[in-house]
Amino acid sequence: MNHLVIAPILFPLFAATLLLLVRRAIPLRVRRRLNLVALIVQILLVSLLVQRVAGGEILVYALGNWPAPYGIVMVADRLSVWMLLITSLLAFFAMLYAVRGTDAGSRHFHPLFQLQMFGLSGAFLTGDLFNLFVFFEILLLASYGLLLHRGGASRVRAGLHFVALNLAGSTLFLFAVGTLYAILGTLNMADLAVKAAATPPENLGVVRAAGLLLFTVFALKAALIPLYLWLPAAYSSTSAPVAALFAIMTKVGAYSILRVYTLIFGAEAGPVADLIGPWLLPLALATMAVGTLGVLAAHELRRQVAYLVVVSVGFLLTAFGLGTEASIGAGLYYLAHSTFAAAAFFLLADIIAMGRGTLADRLDPGPIIANANLVGALFFVTAILVAGLPPLSGFLGKYMVLNAAVDLPSMPWVFGVILTAGLFGVIALARSGSLLFYRAEGVIERTGAAGRSAVGPNWGRLLPVIGLLLLCVTLVVWAGPLSDYTRAIAEQLLKPNVYIRAVLGDPLNA
Amino acid sequence: MEALIAVIIGVLTACGVYLALRARTFPVVIGLTLLSYAVNLFLFVTGRLTIGQPAVISDQAVGYADPLPQALVLTAIVISFAMTAFIIMLALKARAELGTDHVDGRLEAGDGGGIQGGERG
Repeated sequence: MNHLVIAPILFPLFAATLLLLVRRAIPLRVRRRLNLVALIVQILLVSLLVQRVAGGEILVYALGNWPAPYGIVMVADRLSVWMLLITSLLAFFAMLYAVRGTDAGSRHFHPLFQLQMFGLSGAFLTGDLFNLFVFFEILLLASYGLLLHRGGASRVRAGLHFVALNLAGSTLFLFAVGTLYAILGTLNMADLAVKAAATPPENLGVVRAAGLLLFTVFALKAALIPLYLWLPAAYSSTSAPVAALFAIMTKVGAYSILRVYTLIFGAEAGPVADLIGPWLLPLALATMAVGTLGVLAAHELRRQVAYLVVVSVGFLLTAFGLGTEASIGAGLYYLAHSTFAAAAFFLLADIIAMGRGTLADRLDPGPIIANANLVGALFFVTAILVAGLPPLSGFLGKYMVLNAAVDLPSMPWVFGVILTAGLFGVIALARSGSLLFYRAEGVIERTGAAGRSAVGPNWGRLLPVIGLLLLCVTLVVWAGPLSDYTRAIAEQLLKPNVYIRAVLGDPLNA
Repeated sequence: MEALIAVIIGVLTACGVYLALRARTFPVVIGLTLLSYAVNLFLFVTGRLTIGQPAVISDQAVGYADPLPQALVLTAIVISFAMTAFIIMLALKARAELGTDHVDGRLEAGDGGGIQGGERG
């Protein structure tokens, strides 16, 4: 058995435990380094895993050596490790920004950050539906702590909504899982796929209901319309590195949708095949449209970026909703891009807000911020990236999805919504950029913290942003091999039998 | 007995949903707690209702109770317990920070003592 599969789950747990135990004993400076080193090790572990599964092999780790479907299994396939790789890279840069002062408010920031990694890794690797629920709860509990880090009225208000909604979501998740277990008698995802395909007609309605209930839960996590209302307030009120890390949180929902509805309710699932087919694409397109309205209407830069996250979720699920190998592959390429770009934008919005004194990130004309050329250039690059203009990765992702939609019957809708949303995105970002950098009026109030902005660019804060942007450049430079890889992920996803055989062993037993 | 359990779960869920939609944090917390009770009971009976059956293998057993839902419900109880504790603390913190127990932090006529506290936010 290959213990590497479970290493990306166990390692953050150990790191979190260590950081929790030493939180009083050693100074913050050392704990910051410990956390950064832990995140680098996490990236290395995941890279090792990428090499193992890139060839198409599916690694299965049976906990306690109980064979599936009786025990819980961890499954590393191409999709899981792709998500893990994005998560660990994102977390490293978010932490690189957080160590510049965000983490100072509470001793628990570093352990919570690692626990969040623990929950995320587990959610991506687990092959068991109830275990997915447990890891969801772990990552949510850690995210509540991170969201509320350093408190404040707006953060607490948004946090209360976030927690209450997610508790209701967890209840729905349990109802759905319970129903599936009651009817199909298993929780292992591969085994569920086998059993769901052989559902007797009298149970069909119940299984469908459970499947759609599950979709509601994942749609809540992914912030699909009409369940996205928690996102703008939560993301725009929390601290920048946490918002950056949360760029992956909506993708957990998107991942779960992709996993469950290609494996358990996929095209080969017989009577329950293509369960959410009629729902996903219209909802995703509507999410894009509504998110775009939010982007246009936002009065603060951070809220605008939060709505851009909603738009990117809509775009991502549009790609998944088209359901072809090419569109899912393109969507997974876009997933990496949109995660890094949104994170970079949240960090950059924080830098801009800090340079504008009491105006913060409100989109009103204000004083020229320090190092406006450098920050403005970064804003320009990020805006191009997010709006999906050539030559950066946003454009490539968008092009690949559109290209995949050309021959499909839903083509007019997909083209219409994506291109219109893109146009409005460009308009909104151009307006924000000109308000922030061109229509500058007045002088900076040089009080306290603003005084240090005169000394020169704060490279410590700019570096993580540049790093994330460079990751997007990497996505462009190696677009060929990377899009081949995401295409291979989609190919593997659309052949659920390979996954089922890898988990359950001999097909005769299944 | 199935009908009775089903009615209990239904009533708990209905009360939970109603309370969760209220505008004050305390009923919302109680509502979410009732919802978690309902789902725990629901999970428990997904293994079917059996009486006097062993859950582990024994020689004299004529049938078995499904042990898995019992394990699931234990996990779910622990998690919902932790989440309830967390949201109670958060509701208290919101009351302190926002000066009101309204879920949107809105101050209304009749909030009385909360108004002074609200200006801190």
